[in-house]
Amino acid sequence: MSIILDKVHFTYSPGNAYEKHAIRNISLKIEDGQFIGIIGHTGSGKSTLIQHLNGLIRAQSGAIYYNGEDIYDKDYDMKKLRQKVGLVFQYPEHQLFETTIFKDVCFGPRNQGLNTKEAELRAFEALRIVGLPQELWYQSPFELSGGQKRRVAIAGVLAMKPEVMILDEPTAGLDPKGRDEILEQLVRMHQELHITIILVSHSMEDVANYVERLIVMNRGEVMLDGTPRQVFAYYKELEAVGLAAPQVTYLMHELRRKGLGVDVDATTLMEAKASILQALKERKPKTPL
Amino acid sequence: MLREITLGQYYPADSAIHRLDPRVKLFATLLYVISLFTFRSIAGFVVTTIFLAAVIVISKVPFGFMVKGLRMIVIILLITALFNLFLTPGRTLAEFWIFRITEEGLVSAVKMAVRLVYLILGTSLMTLTTTPNQLTDGMERGLRFLKALRIPVHEIAMMMSIALRFIPILVEETDKIMKAQIARGADFESGNLIKKAKAMVPLLVPLFISAFRRANDLAMAMEARCYHGGEGRTKMKPLRYRKQDGIAYAVVIGYFAVMIAVRVLV
Repeated sequence: MSIILDKVHFTYSPGNAYEKHAIRNISLKIEDGQFIGIIGHTGSGKSTLIQHLNGLIRAQSGAIYYNGEDIYDKDYDMKKLRQKVGLVFQYPEHQLFETTIFKDVCFGPRNQGLNTKEAELRAFEALRIVGLPQELWYQSPFELSGGQKRRVAIAGVLAMKPEVMILDEPTAGLDPKGRDEILEQLVRMHQELHITIILVSHSMEDVANYVERLIVMNRGEVMLDGTPRQVFAYYKELEAVGLAAPQVTYLMHELRRKGLGVDVDATTLMEAKASILQALKERKPKTPL
Repeated sequence: MLREITLGQYYPADSAIHRLDPRVKLFATLLYVISLFTFRSIAGFVVTTIFLAAVIVISKVPFGFMVKGLRMIVIILLITALFNLFLTPGRTLAEFWIFRITEEGLVSAVKMAVRLVYLILGTSLMTLTTTPNQLTDGMERGLRFLKALRIPVHEIAMMMSIALRFIPILVEETDKIMKAQIARGADFESGNLIKKAKAMVPLLVPLFISAFRRANDLAMAMEARCYHGGEGRTKMKPLRYRKQDGIAYAVVIGYFAVMIAVRVLV
């Protein structure tokens, strides 16, 4: 059970003045149950890449296999794929249209051909997972705050019970509290529902704390692919393409340079704290502070 | 999905036509359109063809790109040609059942088709070589004399440029919302007319909301920068005629004179 991309290539408006290579020669394997971050600068091809994963964009060359089946096969059921691979677009709150939140979340399951009762059950479950207070469920989605709207939109995709959930910049434009809430929810979804989550972002801080694998895109190509630790070791190269490693990485490198024996590969605040305390403890006997 | 709209799309290139003052291009287009309906003879047709071909070559817009714009009028073209073909009285060429093709019908069908094609090619050449901003600027400037009649020329031009500015944004937005709904299992293609119309609701509601939101934001941003209409407003890039514009006027008027001469003499 996995998604495999083999030399996928896509160009916007080929053959005229607006021609733009969006992604080039992408080969990836996405295993089941992973929590993946895709990171890259604006225009690096992240959004184009993820739209390939559920067949919204068709690659000009290359192949994509979902669970071993070629999705460009003539008999392949795209509708089924789109149900298995849920995609939450950037600013998903702009897609809401129904008169009540509950009905809007039912839209996906209804399109899957479920009857009203089943669809409502799915919506009920999804709204509970994203943690939207029940008293809001029968209000118009347009009366909610930005963060709440976004949660409704995520629930709308979640209600289709996808095996893979892709989110394009789910925290864009949210305040720090809203951002943390969304990210925490994704972690919970990942743990409780055992689904693969692909998180697209341009902020290292956002993803570093949560993902187990990080794919860095640059100019339509995969530049780095590995655990956050492995990727941030290349913090100088990341800087060269306009991305920055998390603040923690810089701090740790600076401390190491000043002579403190800290672990420079620490990626999260917690790891860094532990490492600094450890280093200080080791050094105490020699030089009293 | 919706990226294939050519009519009214600017094609960036660096050519003599691109650099012309938009007022010249508007005037030229007007004369050109009138000239299309003056010719009756082969001679006029030849002159127009040469003129159009020359302008297309100078403009550096690939011909294939222009022809794409023609696809939208194929149906209109067919209907016009067929009506002319079958409904023009005259000498019969062929006859079957209730249909009758006449020689006059054939001639006028071909003429009409050529005129329509040339009309689209010529006018889309203007929009392909002129940015929407230049276009409305040219209109505002060229129609300034209407102010004497209390017509709010500046406001109309501003509305036009805003409307034009929003076309690509809304097209993109439509594309995005469509994809988002398809990702949620929406189906915009299959089903009968009523089902298709119903399927548009998840697309149109968010689209309208987003259009209103954008309009609201824009109005706020304009007000924040003290926009108060055209009175006393200066331009960042005022339109000024240069030498090449004079030459272009001469060429266009010359072309028009030739067309009139052909019509009268041949």
